[in-house]
Amino acid sequence: MSFRATFATAVRVLNQLRRDPRTLALLLFVPVLLVFLLEQLFSDRRMVFQQIGGPLLGLFPLIAMFLVTSITMLRERVSGTLERLMALPLAKLDILAGYAIAFGLVAALQAILVSVVAFGLLGLDTQGPPWAVVLLAVSNAILGMSLGLFVSAFARTEFQAIQFMPAFILPQILLCGLFTQRSQMAGWMRGLSDALPFTYAYDALHRATQLGLFDGRFVLDLTVTIGVTVLALTLGASTLRRRTG
Amino acid sequence: MIDYRPMAASPSIVVDGLRVRRGGVVVLDDLSLSVASGRVTGLLGPSGSGKTTLMRVIVGVQIVEAGSITVLGEPAGTPSLRSKVGYMTQNPAVYGDLTVRENLRYFARILDAAPDNVDEVLEMVAMAPFGDRVVNRLSGGQKARVSLATALVGNPELLVLDEPTVGLDPVLRRDLWKAFNELADSGKTLLVSSHVMDEADHCHDLLLLREGKLVATGTPASVRQQSGKQDLDEAFLALINEEVA
Repeated sequence: MSFRATFATAVRVLNQLRRDPRTLALLLFVPVLLVFLLEQLFSDRRMVFQQIGGPLLGLFPLIAMFLVTSITMLRERVSGTLERLMALPLAKLDILAGYAIAFGLVAALQAILVSVVAFGLLGLDTQGPPWAVVLLAVSNAILGMSLGLFVSAFARTEFQAIQFMPAFILPQILLCGLFTQRSQMAGWMRGLSDALPFTYAYDALHRATQLGLFDGRFVLDLTVTIGVTVLALTLGASTLRRRTG
Repeated sequence: MIDYRPMAASPSIVVDGLRVRRGGVVVLDDLSLSVASGRVTGLLGPSGSGKTTLMRVIVGVQIVEAGSITVLGEPAGTPSLRSKVGYMTQNPAVYGDLTVRENLRYFARILDAAPDNVDEVLEMVAMAPFGDRVVNRLSGGQKARVSLATALVGNPELLVLDEPTVGLDPVLRRDLWKAFNELADSGKTLLVSSHVMDEADHCHDLLLLREGKLVATGTPASVRQQSGKQDLDEAFLALINEEVA
């Protein structure tokens, strides 16, 4: 692995985003719009907005980065640029780390922007500090990125890659505890929920924003989130083949 | 008798008993050949004859079933070769959403090439006036030249170019072949594929490939002599018929 190649890859990915202002605008402003809608929706039930607003801020980047990464990596595989990169003095880890740095920066920007609007303009109030939401959002974004990278190996077309979003992400949002408390779920659903990474990403956000609790369970949540990120990156790296048939 | 002629420099590429299977079909079978250093070697043959597969083997991105492949004195695919071998894929492997210069700068950074190397290669492929254009807005021939430029970045010792002159106008083709010959004069080794026999006369040596087997090797003059035909298209046909008979 070399710092030079990693840095070059991060710059290249950021340049690609810069050359695509529409995608960049969607990435940055759609979460803001959604949070605004949420606040309006519950304008006469402020408690609900206060409860789910914080965790949602931290989950937007996860979903966005999952989509962006799975499509971008699929394009690299299909267009032949990945094969070309594999013939260069560039480690697989350089590619992955380059993507992580570039998308991590965008995720941080996204999280800061939506947080400023939610905390500053819409009156969102949480137990924990707002910066904890931003930090968790960035770590969730990198989780989303690594999951997107991994699933991109199983898609042949962009249509397929897009479908991974409802297939892979929506069930996790339903089961993570946002809509129904996990303690009220049927046993099998609870078990399924235990096995899904979103559950831990959500729980960490819930603890930080609602309870202001940075306890043992919070540490476990973070450990699982980081562990799954590393696992998905490792599996993703193994799908980047230097030699193909 | 003692031969006092100077010994030829050791060949840049030596392939011995190569067998490659792609999708269950044997594409190259028991292929043995060598490519001399400091010369332009033309790899000629109809579409589907195995030219691209052989090039992929040489740059180390193809899974090989049997045989030994030595490139610049080391087994093909050795990591240290990745900065010494420039590879141009048949379909342009460049980032369509970046400008020409952004693409080349990425390759230059990975290869740790001097920044002004980008301008040199742009000049060589006659793309200097288009440096700030986004690749997707270029014509097919211009894209192919950007892809060629990425292979030239970093001043590699060996250039493996897959159909670099396809779809280019005659003036540009002539200029590129002139550039290839100048590179060989400066000590570089070039392996250039083409399915157009007209291009054979620009090469020092020829490898004629058909259905994964070598039909003939030698200088254009010696291929003419072997076949008894002046026109290289006819020479190729005559050599195939000889083989069949």
